[in-house]
Amino acid sequence: MKSGTISRISGPVIVAKGMKGSKMYDVVKVGAEALRGEIIRLEGDEAVIQVYEDTTGLTLGEAVENTETPLSVELGPGLLSSIYDGVQRPLPVLKEMSGDFIGRGITAPGLDRKKKWEFSPSVKKGDKLGPGDIIGTVKEFQFEHHILVPPKVAGTVTEIRSGSFTVEEIVCVLDNATKLSMMHTWPVRIPRPHTKKLDPLLPLITGQRVFDCMFPVTKGGTAMIPGGFGTGKTVSEQTLAKWSDTQVVVYIGCGERGNEMTDVLEEFPELVDPRTKLPLIERTILIANTSNMPVAAREASIYTGITIAEYFRDMGYDVALLADSTSRWGEALREVSGRLEEMPGEEGYPAYLATRLSAFYERAGRVICLGSREGTERTGSVTVVGAVSPPGGDFSEPITQNTLRVVGTFWALDTNLAYRRHFPSVNWIKSYSLYLDCIAEWYDKSIAHDWREIREKAMYLLQKEVELQEIVQLVGPDALPDSEKAILEVTRMIREDFLQQSAYSDTDSFCPVEKQYMMLKVIMTYYEQVNLAMNRGVSLRQVQALPLRATIGRMKEAADAEAVRKMIDEVTAAVTRLEVER
Amino acid sequence: MKDSSLLTKEYRTIEYVSGPLIFVSGVLGASYGEIVKITLKDGEVRTGQVLDISEEHAVVQVYEGTRGIDLVGTTARFIGEPARITVSKDMLGRIFTGVGTPRDGGPEIIPEAVLDIAGEPINPSARDKPADFIQTGMSAIDGLNTLVRGQKLPIFSGSGLPASKLAAQIARQAKVRGEGEEFAVVFVAMGITHKEASFFMQDFERTGALDRVVFFMNLADDPTVERLAAPRCGLTVAEHLAFAHDLHVLVILTDMINYCEALREISTAREEVPGRRGYPGYMYTDLASIYERAGRLKGKKGSITQIPILTMPDDDITHPVPDLTGYITEGQIVLSRDIFRRGGDPPVDALPCLSRLMNLGIGPGKTREDHRGVADQLYASYAYGRDLRRLVAIVGEEALTDLDRKYLKFADAFERQFITQGDEDRAIETTFGIAWDLFSTLPVDELKRIKREHIAKYHPAAQETAAQQEKSEGS
Repeated sequence: MKSGTISRISGPVIVAKGMKGSKMYDVVKVGAEALRGEIIRLEGDEAVIQVYEDTTGLTLGEAVENTETPLSVELGPGLLSSIYDGVQRPLPVLKEMSGDFIGRGITAPGLDRKKKWEFSPSVKKGDKLGPGDIIGTVKEFQFEHHILVPPKVAGTVTEIRSGSFTVEEIVCVLDNATKLSMMHTWPVRIPRPHTKKLDPLLPLITGQRVFDCMFPVTKGGTAMIPGGFGTGKTVSEQTLAKWSDTQVVVYIGCGERGNEMTDVLEEFPELVDPRTKLPLIERTILIANTSNMPVAAREASIYTGITIAEYFRDMGYDVALLADSTSRWGEALREVSGRLEEMPGEEGYPAYLATRLSAFYERAGRVICLGSREGTERTGSVTVVGAVSPPGGDFSEPITQNTLRVVGTFWALDTNLAYRRHFPSVNWIKSYSLYLDCIAEWYDKSIAHDWREIREKAMYLLQKEVELQEIVQLVGPDALPDSEKAILEVTRMIREDFLQQSAYSDTDSFCPVEKQYMMLKVIMTYYEQVNLAMNRGVSLRQVQALPLRATIGRMKEAADAEAVRKMIDEVTAAVTRLEVER
Repeated sequence: MKDSSLLTKEYRTIEYVSGPLIFVSGVLGASYGEIVKITLKDGEVRTGQVLDISEEHAVVQVYEGTRGIDLVGTTARFIGEPARITVSKDMLGRIFTGVGTPRDGGPEIIPEAVLDIAGEPINPSARDKPADFIQTGMSAIDGLNTLVRGQKLPIFSGSGLPASKLAAQIARQAKVRGEGEEFAVVFVAMGITHKEASFFMQDFERTGALDRVVFFMNLADDPTVERLAAPRCGLTVAEHLAFAHDLHVLVILTDMINYCEALREISTAREEVPGRRGYPGYMYTDLASIYERAGRLKGKKGSITQIPILTMPDDDITHPVPDLTGYITEGQIVLSRDIFRRGGDPPVDALPCLSRLMNLGIGPGKTREDHRGVADQLYASYAYGRDLRRLVAIVGEEALTDLDRKYLKFADAFERQFITQGDEDRAIETTFGIAWDLFSTLPVDELKRIKREHIAKYHPAAQETAAQQEKSEGS
């Protein structure tokens, strides 16, 4: 192993000399405590290293040892329901080693070495295997964890075992003497290979009306949630973690609050996936690098997260990756860049910020997984949803703008909506989704033919409302004609009875897509009927005197889509019955 | 901070001095973050800390400032240890400087432990979920933005607004109901005036809490750089009291803006690339290393609750300091000049306030089943009323519908009766009572955020209205 000595220390960044022959992004061990770090710049025989732990106490001249491997994660059974820091150290194990506070220089493998897993093989002696092929399956809780041939490995099976093994024990031997255990490692900064990238044609169902119906994201798509503090980014991310229809969720708490991670840790074991009826924690992997943990490990955390997500994608599963918040990741990048005395770009961020951001988001996608054996063709997806915390809630800042260029769905959170406790505080005028055309076919087949039409009408009314509100601000509401007052009434319903959805409600925190569609349909039917009635000469006041507002207000609590559908008839009948007042 | 003089490497090679920093050349074996004792020509000893080491020189920030330091006669001795503080339960009732030396003329502290002031990050999986409702006796907090044990909830104030009064009132009234557990207050003053400091001191004295308080005083005329150490010293003591002595500790940090100014001063002196408004790019991480030291631990009885106070320059909530604070803390209480002028006492502007941990501390068994609904409804109705005020300013009150006029009145009454309370210590039930009285001025149909069964149970005129509704529906 190559080694050098420390020649400069500045916060999380150190410089070591005598490092000739090192490669970029090699992992190094720094000082007597063997703090882990990563080479981020090479100059002559000097290497600049970002250290994943607090550097207090290091002195000049201490040894720096190059492990000559890039930063990697361990992939195999035991990932699900784990909680890791940014460089895949299991936090509960660290707690046993160093107590309630995270000490320095301690490390533990990402996967439990002692635990035995029941491996059932799905190949036999003589089978030809290529990269990404499934050699067998392990039951992790109720989850079918496929064991894959690592990328770049191929050969013919000469031995395959069955039974109970630890992750390191050999379960399969190939003719070229390659020995496969149930785990393998993969460098986090390199995307895992796949056969082909597909267009994202299926929606990611989240159970949230404003997402699914108004601004959908697809499986394999990307979305961003920017918003000032207190607008509900974290609650939105957690809601997605809870209700997304994926088999695996990777949740990255990147430079955020410790208490929030505790919240997830304590809540998820108790919550049940509405589809599989299994505890949510059994499909979740948490990466917690809170704001007071070392800044370089925060930079690594999103790569650790997405590599794990890609691993599950390669088994043929749909994975949601939720990163809260990518701004903190960008700030870590900025901090390290500042210590390197690099020429700053916009607002002190390094000039390569945009490149790094787009490279990260492009690791999302729906793919045909690697693997050539017949009968095991499969597609998997990674959906990336990144929260962004723009300083002062100002969306013109570099991280928001650079992210906007690469994501497909934009959920703009609005401070004013949050102030009046309109949650999710997604601004319906600013937000957009580029996936509407992609998923139109699915909605057409699975939900209703007129979904798109109804959505567009509702959006038109909401847009109209903004214009009308401006007029009201000038001349007061009484000056508007009945037809426009009706629009204001209907948009209020859309806002309050449809878009608003409490993450804490028992009945409404998850709303099936069928019910979502029906709810919007009820409101739009009401609007249609009001217009018809007004054409007949019925006054708006008469319609408003009907108890329909209360009926529509009860939709959220309705048991299912069918119960809501009945309201369409109720609304139609009640308004049709009205007679012109003499 | 502990003074260890076992290691004596003394350097006379101070190369240059810039603001609060000195650059010592030819230093061998200095470690990052270690403490440096600087002896001036006249024998005065100051304390500094290593910020950066390279082969050319070590950069040392001097806590007491660099006035009087010269390049010839001043010596620097590297202690070989990071900044530490002696901690003990006996610190209760005592006053210290920002770096932890007694400033009340009392004896030195006999240490129970000597701890690194930077602390170590709490392992997220060791944290226990905050869950205990703290009754502060303030409707604006208890009713709308409930504080729970282990939370960090800052007060965003403006210059001239009574943030200190509010913080003192919270410290005085805060209790977990049905418990007589031991509590302590750690009060950290950073660059505040003597007058403000003595206001707190008198208030604690008046309520007999003085011997439950540890003071760390860095007043406006004390060295600036010391402000960087003060909150860390305070929190180290707080952690000791909470996790070694099982106390429930309330930490008041005032004023965070002065802390950040000191941070900026150091950063500028080091010629770092500035971020927004000249504050260093790592300010978020730095602030987090303070704020994140709040919480509870599994298996430990004690807890640390933080109430940092910060003055928003020009009342601007998007200024980097309140902005970054808001991103780290679990909510915020915002004071408003507008409400202050209208006579609000405390002048809390409810709309931008938030408590992220509220849901953990409320509900049946903790406060009351209707708490969530009541809070949401108060917010929604008040926000609507506030919007109408703007409208009225243009079109006049006559142009409003009857319903809108009710909302307008609701908003006024909300500020006058619910938010404003002066020195009153309100039980949570009283707060709910006022809220329901306010709701009774609105039509029941408008109370969409509250569950129907709760309306039936708590609405003052529920029965009556229900009867009326039945009648009208029947006809």
